[in-house]
Amino acid sequence: MPDATKYLSHLELGQPDKTFLDSNELIINMGPQHPATHGVLRVILKLDGEKVLGTECVIGYLHRGVEKIAENRTYTMFNPYVDRMDYVAAVSNGLGYCQAVEKLLNVEAPPRANYIRVILTELNRLASHMLWLGTHALDIGAMTPLFYTFRDREEILKIFEKYCGARLTTHAFRIGGCLYETYEGFEKDVESFVRFVRPKIDEYEGLLTTNRIWLERTKGVGVISGGDCIALGVTGPVLRASGVKWDIRKAQPYANYPEFDFEIPTGQNGDTYDRYIVRMREMRQSLRIVEQAVNKIPEGPIMAKVPKIMKPPVGEIYHSIEAPKGELGYFIVSDGSTQPYRVRVRPPSFVNLQALDLMVRGQLVADVIAVIGTLDIVLGEVDR
Amino acid sequence: MLDYITSYLRMDATPGQAGNIFWIVVYIFVVFGGVSLAVVAMNWLERKALAHFQVRLGPMRVGPHGLLQPIADAIKLFIKEDIIPAQADKFVFWLAPLIILCAAFTTLIVVPFGPTHAITDVNIGILFMLGVSSLSVLGIVMAGWASNSHYPLIGALRSSAQMVSYEVAMGMAVVSAILMTSLSGFGAFGIGGAEPGTGTLSMIGIVQAQQAQHVWFIFKFFPLGFVALAIFAVAMVAETNRAPFDLPEAESELTAGFHTEYSGLRWSLFMLGEYTAMIAVSSIAVTLWLGGWLRPFPNGLSGETWDLIFSLFPGLTFLFLAAACFYSTARMPKHPYFRIQTMGLGAFGAVLGLIGIVLFVPAVRDRIQDIYWFVAKVAVFMYLYIWYRATFPRYRFDQLMKVGWKVLLPMGIGVLIVTAAVGISPEMLALLRHGH
Repeated sequence: MPDATKYLSHLELGQPDKTFLDSNELIINMGPQHPATHGVLRVILKLDGEKVLGTECVIGYLHRGVEKIAENRTYTMFNPYVDRMDYVAAVSNGLGYCQAVEKLLNVEAPPRANYIRVILTELNRLASHMLWLGTHALDIGAMTPLFYTFRDREEILKIFEKYCGARLTTHAFRIGGCLYETYEGFEKDVESFVRFVRPKIDEYEGLLTTNRIWLERTKGVGVISGGDCIALGVTGPVLRASGVKWDIRKAQPYANYPEFDFEIPTGQNGDTYDRYIVRMREMRQSLRIVEQAVNKIPEGPIMAKVPKIMKPPVGEIYHSIEAPKGELGYFIVSDGSTQPYRVRVRPPSFVNLQALDLMVRGQLVADVIAVIGTLDIVLGEVDR
Repeated sequence: MLDYITSYLRMDATPGQAGNIFWIVVYIFVVFGGVSLAVVAMNWLERKALAHFQVRLGPMRVGPHGLLQPIADAIKLFIKEDIIPAQADKFVFWLAPLIILCAAFTTLIVVPFGPTHAITDVNIGILFMLGVSSLSVLGIVMAGWASNSHYPLIGALRSSAQMVSYEVAMGMAVVSAILMTSLSGFGAFGIGGAEPGTGTLSMIGIVQAQQAQHVWFIFKFFPLGFVALAIFAVAMVAETNRAPFDLPEAESELTAGFHTEYSGLRWSLFMLGEYTAMIAVSSIAVTLWLGGWLRPFPNGLSGETWDLIFSLFPGLTFLFLAAACFYSTARMPKHPYFRIQTMGLGAFGAVLGLIGIVLFVPAVRDRIQDIYWFVAKVAVFMYLYIWYRATFPRYRFDQLMKVGWKVLLPMGIGVLIVTAAVGISPEMLALLRHGH
């Protein structure tokens, strides 16, 4: 095992203690095998009693070289790989990648495809937020919401399964549109899901939003200012909870988001509670979008005219979408061949994780857990 | 010899007071065995109840409705490899769970299941219970220290700080209840009788004082008794390291806290100790505030008829459980695969029903109902433990300390002072009025 102090050189550790009992300072390894680091994140904590003096994230335990794999696959072949990055929001990943390649090829998905994409992506946002809520609450000690959110997330996964046969890594979209037409009764399923889940969100809030212990555990914990968020490149609900109204669905609209009426919830304090509230409100906004989309969904083709063998013109493209966790960007360089010359992914989890040290310094051990939870990281996306 | 054994049966005292070794040993076996069985039952009930809170089924595979799950778990824990970490202090590591277990079980010596149904009665019973139960913190610190690992050490430190702080608030609440044994008076709502107070620390004496004063201390000087119980009820959850105060074993932070390095049988000793401690503190609460073995509504529903009706409750409870078993037997799947399970559930129901019928026999009925009411009241607290665990997030360490020192302790001191003031006020008024 590598020496923990090596990673902490910038924290002015000085000489390591003879034994950990000789000093007030304690260095402990949280992870990579730990119930609350959401996978294989390893955080080296420097503690003074319960107080956190500094942290260092060690990542890469789930590195699979996704970006390198892209260079040896055709554009179409790489599509399923992106699902494996943020595996709880696979649909969003697929949307970002497909749209980036579409931009490179200069094709546009037909309107019906866009509607299907929006419905599935927003459902996926809900699923992702539900999973976040359950695990975040579990980290803070509330066991029960986890089971409630998993019960309701199941309904979303059922819709995915009926649509494309897969539940988690869906590979729902193709470059140029969608491969599958919606199944019989898709609209009805989605509508009844929206009706079903609205009261459930109230149920989660009933357990947590005004719970005294929840308030004490989350208010004023892991505070980050809007300025710091922008400086660190933090995006998504974390940025919005700090009062910055930045949502790519509105700022740089993609797909057919301009056609829908929805709000961007923001917070003021940038603490864990605001992030919780922002995500809860975002879930309701997603439901709003889904409801509108399913009512307005037009008839027509679902696939644009895309060549069988894709050879995008030489050039490069950066396209980003608002994934559940923040700005998910794809930078693709094409050399005119069937395979991308380079694919660089800007994963929101990876960038947001950088804020961890800033957010937990001077706080307590229990807050580290709360902050890791509130950042909503997925290690598959951090390590890629 | 036989005379020695039967002579106790004519006595009206606990075996400890009677000094009858034979019956002391019998009582020890019965109480310790019964509590161990209760822990096993609690294990199953907690998993089932928690599961139903959380829209799932819980154990369903081992035996009908998972009834044999605790036995399967116990067997698994027994045959697991006994691991002691290489760097651990072996003797202390070995000793720690035993200390916790001894501390938890020793408190049961003075728990009064009935006026004569206790192993013994000590004139400082409540002090004995509080003193011995706080010894378990020693075991926790030893476990955390001996493991020679960071997470257990932090867990042990948290635990010792937590238990010491909450004992203070707990003590204040207990003292106010003890004070009530020596104070006669009616309180704001005029509940109770004018028997002169006795003033006792004996567990049996405290219940007898409630009987004599015709009031459970939860209602005495309302709302003072209630507030004291509330303080105690919060402190006892913290004292036993249960949610939402389960920081020492906070799973999401410290993996498993002080018993991270323990496995197999030793780990199960910790669990046994924890659940026994839960039963022990719940019985303190029941004894001090909820009238111990006394049946509910002793004033409102008094008289021979009501006594008879209430004495039927133990049998009725078991018949109800038997009926539930038979109902579930009827609902079991009809597939041959489930035949043995169905038969087992039916047999279990039959055993429960038989116990229920035996409990209707007048001689048994009269002797058993004290124990029944006591256990029923403790069971309510045990259910609350499960309910808390399903509902609340976990406190943070500093918040936990804040609740202990800044909320519960001042409230406890306040309740104590006000109880004393209310208690002596009639005499003070009389003194002022008559001048003597």
